[in-house]
Amino acid sequence: MTFADHLPILPVVIPALAAPLALLVMRRRRELGIVISLLSCLAMLACAIALMVRVSGGEILAYAVGEWPAPFGIVLVADRLAAMMLVLASVLALVALLHTVVTGADRKGWHFHALFQFQLMGLNGAFLTGDLFNLFVFFEVLLIASYGLMLHGQGPERLKAGVQYVVVNLVGSSVFLIALGMLYALTGTLNMADMGLRVAAVAPEDQGLLRIAALLLVSVFALKAAVAPLHLWLPRTYAVSTPAVAALFAIMTKVGVYSLIRVVPQVFGEGAGAAAWVPAPWLLPAAIASAIVGFAGVFVARSLSEQAAFAVIGSTGTLLLAVAGWSADSLGAGLYYLVHSTLAAAALFLVADVVARRRGADGDLASPSPVFAARSGIALMFMAAAIAATGLPPLSGFIGKLLILKSVAALPDWGWAWGVILGTTFIGVVGFARVGSAVFWKTAEGEMPAAPASRADLAAPLIALALLGVLSVGAGWASAYAHAAAEQVLDPAQSAAAVLTEPAS
Amino acid sequence: MSYEFLVASAIGVLVAGGIFLALRARTFQVVLGLTLISYAVNLFLFASGRLVIGRPPIWDAVKGGAISEYTDPLPQALVLTAIVITFGMTAFVVILALRSFIETGSDHVDGDNVPCDAQDGVTEKDAQP
Repeated sequence: MTFADHLPILPVVIPALAAPLALLVMRRRRELGIVISLLSCLAMLACAIALMVRVSGGEILAYAVGEWPAPFGIVLVADRLAAMMLVLASVLALVALLHTVVTGADRKGWHFHALFQFQLMGLNGAFLTGDLFNLFVFFEVLLIASYGLMLHGQGPERLKAGVQYVVVNLVGSSVFLIALGMLYALTGTLNMADMGLRVAAVAPEDQGLLRIAALLLVSVFALKAAVAPLHLWLPRTYAVSTPAVAALFAIMTKVGVYSLIRVVPQVFGEGAGAAAWVPAPWLLPAAIASAIVGFAGVFVARSLSEQAAFAVIGSTGTLLLAVAGWSADSLGAGLYYLVHSTLAAAALFLVADVVARRRGADGDLASPSPVFAARSGIALMFMAAAIAATGLPPLSGFIGKLLILKSVAALPDWGWAWGVILGTTFIGVVGFARVGSAVFWKTAEGEMPAAPASRADLAAPLIALALLGVLSVGAGWASAYAHAAAEQVLDPAQSAAAVLTEPAS
Repeated sequence: MSYEFLVASAIGVLVAGGIFLALRARTFQVVLGLTLISYAVNLFLFASGRLVIGRPPIWDAVKGGAISEYTDPLPQALVLTAIVITFGMTAFVVILALRSFIETGSDHVDGDNVPCDAQDGVTEKDAQP
């Protein structure tokens, strides 16, 4: 076995080693902690890109941990979709880390960098695992780190929102375990590929139980993805978190969507008998509801960060509209939009922070304030982020929404999807215009607040916007890759063949 | 009464009590509710490998016997992981609730300063002397 064969586990190992190291050195030397954190993120990005290159030809890498063969041992699976999510996570982590270091947010509490690395370990693990119980474990790893990050910087507002966030997620974890227990009792396996083959053999009298287990599992993923009506925990939590942390959290809701995309076709796909596509009839209404709720929230939000939080819900809804079609075309369009919406949400959170840092007491409230430093430049950044979040040309949101519109037109019920996507886009545009004009156009009486010493904090949101630009320019390549990834996901036999063969030793 | 019935009803009672407490408005009761739910979940996971009595989790080739003469060891491993995680999370949520109570002065889950309701032992009148 060569070093390259260990590539799939590196994105989990690197942060797992970096986190305790950062914890050790942070006590004496903060700079060293930052360097470790940064190097770890760069190494993860390199690994993710290397993986993407390896799997882009259509190969599926199965990594048996400890060389125990697949249905019994723990297995990591890297395919196109997983590699894409890994690259997205490490890019987003770099942007968020840059913003944290530049604004000094990591000094507002203890152990920021260690928690940050553990969060990335959980994310990467959740993207790579091919085993349902390990999905639960990595969910817990990323959630526990996210509780710490969410409370980072303290303050009563964060504690209030934190209690709700933790309680909701604990209930979600319990339901996850119940679903796992039921699935294990019915199929006798926890490996996703193996389970996909065994659900067809579930006895007829147990089919009802199987359907319940499937729906419980899907509702847990929906809770993590903040799909209406399970979205209520999100706006408050994200709006009060440290903005750089909220930018990283933009990918946490996508972990829920990712798990849906991964588990439903593989385990409850065509061959699952009575449980085939069992969440499908619920997903479209839920997606429509969350798109409407999200963009209505954008319309009425009282501050920029709250607006960004609602934009996350709305974009998840739009994304699920595409996913609910379960065809290669619509899923491919959805995956392209997933990458875009994650970056766009991160850009919105970062812009909100940049505004709040310059307005002093007014913070990022959606109300007029005295003129603040670099107002016109930041206004342009906000406009670009808002264009991206709503999906207007020329940024990648437009291409993503266009692809979704085009692909869902081939499905039944497409009228609903079209109406909701176009209607919510309009509501979103009006909402962003309202808040933007209040913050950047109108001026209240008063003294200009002191500008921060450096303008370096503009870098991270600019990079996020530049990445959106890259995604628009490279749309042809990116959407082709997303389409290929969607085809691979919808063909579970392919990954079952790759996972369940004896590893060559 | 069969063994299965006892286990199933124990899980049911724990879940019912847990859900009732988790829906209460004060953090301490919510934490207790979560603990009950996590006990129920652990029991349920344990039962998901079928209930058998007096069989080892590892099949012993020396002693012989049919290969089906053992209990499924996997749920026990799963329960162990789940217990560790839920135990840690319960400790965390207790500390968080306490911290939140100390810092905001309210143990209401919304963080609002609502007067205690009568069934908690303190009436509105008592709270405002």
